[in-house]
Amino acid sequence: MMQGVVKSTFPVLFGYIPLGIAFGMLFQDLGYPWYLATLMAFFVYAGTAQFMIVGLLAAGVGLTEIAISTFLINSRHIFYGLSMLNSYGDWGLKKIYLAFGLTDETYSLVTTIDLKDDSAKERQFFIITALNHSYWVISCTIGAVIGGSFSINTQGMEFTLTALFVVLVIEQWKQIRKPLPFVIAAFSSMVALYLFSDQMLLGSIALSVTLLIITNFLENRHE
Amino acid sequence: MNSTEYILTVILVMTIATFATRIMPFLFFHGRSNHPTMNYIAKYTPPMIMSILVVYVLKDVNFSNDIGLYTLLSVVITIAVHAWKGNPLVSIFTGTFLYMFLVQM
Repeated sequence: MMQGVVKSTFPVLFGYIPLGIAFGMLFQDLGYPWYLATLMAFFVYAGTAQFMIVGLLAAGVGLTEIAISTFLINSRHIFYGLSMLNSYGDWGLKKIYLAFGLTDETYSLVTTIDLKDDSAKERQFFIITALNHSYWVISCTIGAVIGGSFSINTQGMEFTLTALFVVLVIEQWKQIRKPLPFVIAAFSSMVALYLFSDQMLLGSIALSVTLLIITNFLENRHE
Repeated sequence: MNSTEYILTVILVMTIATFATRIMPFLFFHGRSNHPTMNYIAKYTPPMIMSILVVYVLKDVNFSNDIGLYTLLSVVITIAVHAWKGNPLVSIFTGTFLYMFLVQM
């Protein structure tokens, strides 16, 4: 069983390698020592925000702007947490770590786990979260250490994340067998792409959760 | 502030801002709730977010050039292999190897 859980994280490993290395390289281009990239990967642990900060640091933006833009770029995770409330038991410190590590990729993997046994679920969530976290820290470190001095051909490897999400949509369909969430998602992403292309992810997630709550409200009224 | 101190402050600020987004729901709602709306959200949000993430990772692909064609082909192959074998890892890595082969060719 554990073997299967470890295997399920492999696509994330292969997705994080090129992304983490790319981040590490860009970061050390700014002239900082490599271990600061490791530190950032470990504590911030948010790919999009880390790429954003490279640009902001180069432009010399203030701390307040950094705080606000980091919060905004990651605020989609609020919705991830909301949908996980019932999945987490009373797991104390571990729960705080699981929340800390709830990235897009970790969320994708843990939401496919459907177990009644709480302690088994806790263990699996923890393994997935810790493995993904370590993949990210290691990849960012490698990128920062090798810098521009060495090139490995990982071109195209980032497609694993695209393939992972595509496969998980199919898996979700097999579980749910109702078009509703997929229709809402398609509609919301098209609207968000059109209205706010830069903040498409946050926009479409916020819109789709809002539409979901409205649908739930309408369904209840008809009953 | 020298530059190492500055970057350490930046890391601290970013850590707090990111962690805030991930811990907030758990601070506002204590423990499990059996509210029907909450259950509804918990059930339907993962498929919605997964579908949105697919659109997100594909949104910057230019479908009128070679990369677009390779992406489309690799996505189709990923889906086909998944429909055939039903093994997520096999589908993901077949699609990825194909894509890497095509873009590096």
